[in-house]
Amino acid sequence: MTTIDFSEEQTMLMETAVDFCRKHSPLDRVRAQIEQQASVDPGVWQEMVDLGWLGITIPENYGGLGLSLADVVPIVESMGRHLMGSAFVPTTVATQALITSGSEAQKEQWLPAIAAGASASVALTEEDGNWNLTELGSHAEIQGNEVRLTAKKNFVLDANQASVIIVSANIDGQPGLVLVTADQLPEGALVRETVIDETRRSYTLALDGLALPADQVLKGADFAGIEQAALLLLTAEMSGGLSGVLHVIIDYLTTRKQFDQYIGSYQSLKHPTVQILLSMEACRSHLYRAATCIAQNSAGEIEAALRMAKAQGSEAFAFAGDRAVQFHGGFGFTYECDAQLFLRRALWCQYQFGDAAYHRNLLAPLLLDETVA
Amino acid sequence: MSTTQAEIAEFEEQADRWFAENKPANPGFILPETFMEVGTDQQFEFLRDWQSKVYENGYVGMSWPKEYGGLGMDQVFQDIATKAMAKHRVPFLPNTIGLNWAGPLILAMGSEEEKSKYIKGILSAEDIWCQGFSEPDHGSDLGSAQCKAVKDGDEYVINGSKIWTSLGSYAKYMILIARTSTDGPNKYAGLSFFLAPMQAEGIEPRPIKKLTGEYGFCQTFFNDARIPASCMMGKEGEGWKVAMATLMFERGAAGGQAGGLAMMDLSIDDIVELARRAKRNGKPAIEDPHIRGQLVELITEARGNSYMAARAKVPALATDWPTAISMSGKLRSSELKRRMCQFAISLQGANGARYVSPEAVDGGMWQRSYLNAFSGTIGGGTSQIQHNIIGERVLGLPKG
Repeated sequence: MTTIDFSEEQTMLMETAVDFCRKHSPLDRVRAQIEQQASVDPGVWQEMVDLGWLGITIPENYGGLGLSLADVVPIVESMGRHLMGSAFVPTTVATQALITSGSEAQKEQWLPAIAAGASASVALTEEDGNWNLTELGSHAEIQGNEVRLTAKKNFVLDANQASVIIVSANIDGQPGLVLVTADQLPEGALVRETVIDETRRSYTLALDGLALPADQVLKGADFAGIEQAALLLLTAEMSGGLSGVLHVIIDYLTTRKQFDQYIGSYQSLKHPTVQILLSMEACRSHLYRAATCIAQNSAGEIEAALRMAKAQGSEAFAFAGDRAVQFHGGFGFTYECDAQLFLRRALWCQYQFGDAAYHRNLLAPLLLDETVA
Repeated sequence: MSTTQAEIAEFEEQADRWFAENKPANPGFILPETFMEVGTDQQFEFLRDWQSKVYENGYVGMSWPKEYGGLGMDQVFQDIATKAMAKHRVPFLPNTIGLNWAGPLILAMGSEEEKSKYIKGILSAEDIWCQGFSEPDHGSDLGSAQCKAVKDGDEYVINGSKIWTSLGSYAKYMILIARTSTDGPNKYAGLSFFLAPMQAEGIEPRPIKKLTGEYGFCQTFFNDARIPASCMMGKEGEGWKVAMATLMFERGAAGGQAGGLAMMDLSIDDIVELARRAKRNGKPAIEDPHIRGQLVELITEARGNSYMAARAKVPALATDWPTAISMSGKLRSSELKRRMCQFAISLQGANGARYVSPEAVDGGMWQRSYLNAFSGTIGGGTSQIQHNIIGERVLGLPKG
């Protein structure tokens, strides 16, 4: 039976998040923050911590709320709606890596700290941009009590403020995860990189044989779980972003006049705007269906639900951003027009953790081959 | 009165068994897929008999009030029965206009007398209903209807014509929009709504040949046709309001339907199954990477649609444009169906160019379904008009 569940906790988290993001992330604030070093104002980050958001998925015995990743979705969706930058998503993905793959000691050391406001990040993407998280050039060798890590990673979000970064590498030949703390990073290991979404603080991480205690290797290596967390949260950002960009489009279509008519009265603009609405509705349906599968722990359905959600959402958001710029005409060509903020965000989301074609390829065996009766 | 899980489970089993045991045998002639495609008396009688049987056994109109012919039960039972019909792929119930639009309308807005007179016949298929909204010159622009109704004593005299009246030749009643005045402040103000008897003198439904080469629609002509003034629903000049309420039922935006299977729905699984059988370069088409990609896209879209109803039930998840899901149901499903048919034909290689014949893949049903799929994307307001309606009513964009 196909259901979409939305619990009371999720409803409450959503209400809080909607107000929070509206208050802290109007588009002029988003623009002002682009000029700053951090992706979000430290005071706003502290408020998120105080609301308990960093500990939502952290088990209660480690100082968290012990809820599901599905409960984070309405928060990230609201952030996406307002293009709010912050280390919330990378921290939540890193948290997931620790929960699924960390040793007891690693959990005890880091989960309570994260719940209390320490931010974290993940370094998963290699220089070649490969979306397959287990095809790695970075490597680590264990020698006695030491592990030596050589890594070249891209798109490490908010790495400059992360207390801890989870780095993927082939460890003695097998894909694995190594935990690196901020104070262990050599000078110059992190370099800010230029990315299309200016609300992001993205870094390259370069390590050349960095020696770390061997107990910083994570016990497990649940790449599937990490990818699922990333896909869920990215789709949540895209779903929110679709709503946000649709509002930007509608505002312009109902106020801008050309040839004595509001441009929204022209069908060449009206009809694609409706398509964007319907694609947003589809994205939201896939998103909350995937969240429901995760909350119910329906193992057989989670992967397909997430890949469908990411594939559909990626294309929908990219189309919406593209049309948003076009529909603003000459103004759309300027930096001042907000449409570009959403288009840049859409492109970022599209190319992180697999685009539509990538996920459709992986969906084909899931959807077409296992159904043979 | 609350329904227990045990009662539900028991009924599920009962309905499942009944439809498994009572599914009609293949009649030996092609059955239509929707009520808009009933082209022969043979087809019509077969379907009408089926609906009567379903009604007599208590599987349609289950949630409608007992006193008018329903069973007065919880909606959940009807939903279970409808699902069982779809599961067993039994024929659809042909009195679609009555069951889904006219019936709910009469129950919602009709007088006691109207409810007593019409509801039972709708459910039993004794009284077939048709719809007289569209006109030859005003397809999707209902407000511009020109068909005239002039009051004369206790009758109205109707002149004009209506088009796309499905089941027009078989219908006993028509839900009819006609113009009773041209003096109103706008074109909508002069419209009135009738539950018109089709047997009145001067009403002539003439079958129209469709693009498939089959029959299924009529153009209905009114030549000084006299119908009792008591057939009017609502007051004179309120026709637009009543018609809009009807369209809410038609678009699926309002509940209250009698339930039951309304059409033989094409499922994406049918297309996947066809892709397994069809050959591309000597191998099953389902092994072709390009075809796999297209199938995944269609499945993703179909699943997205199927989740919409579940999500619409969560108010917190339908906030910014709360009517978007309900208002777009017809547009989403009819356009997807059209594209699924196109894709199914594309799987057939050179045989895609065949039409209904023994040599064609599956007897040519895909080609025929594709041509018939336009009834969904055109009927009840074209997809283009649907975009306008959603843009204006859901998003608040200005009218053109």
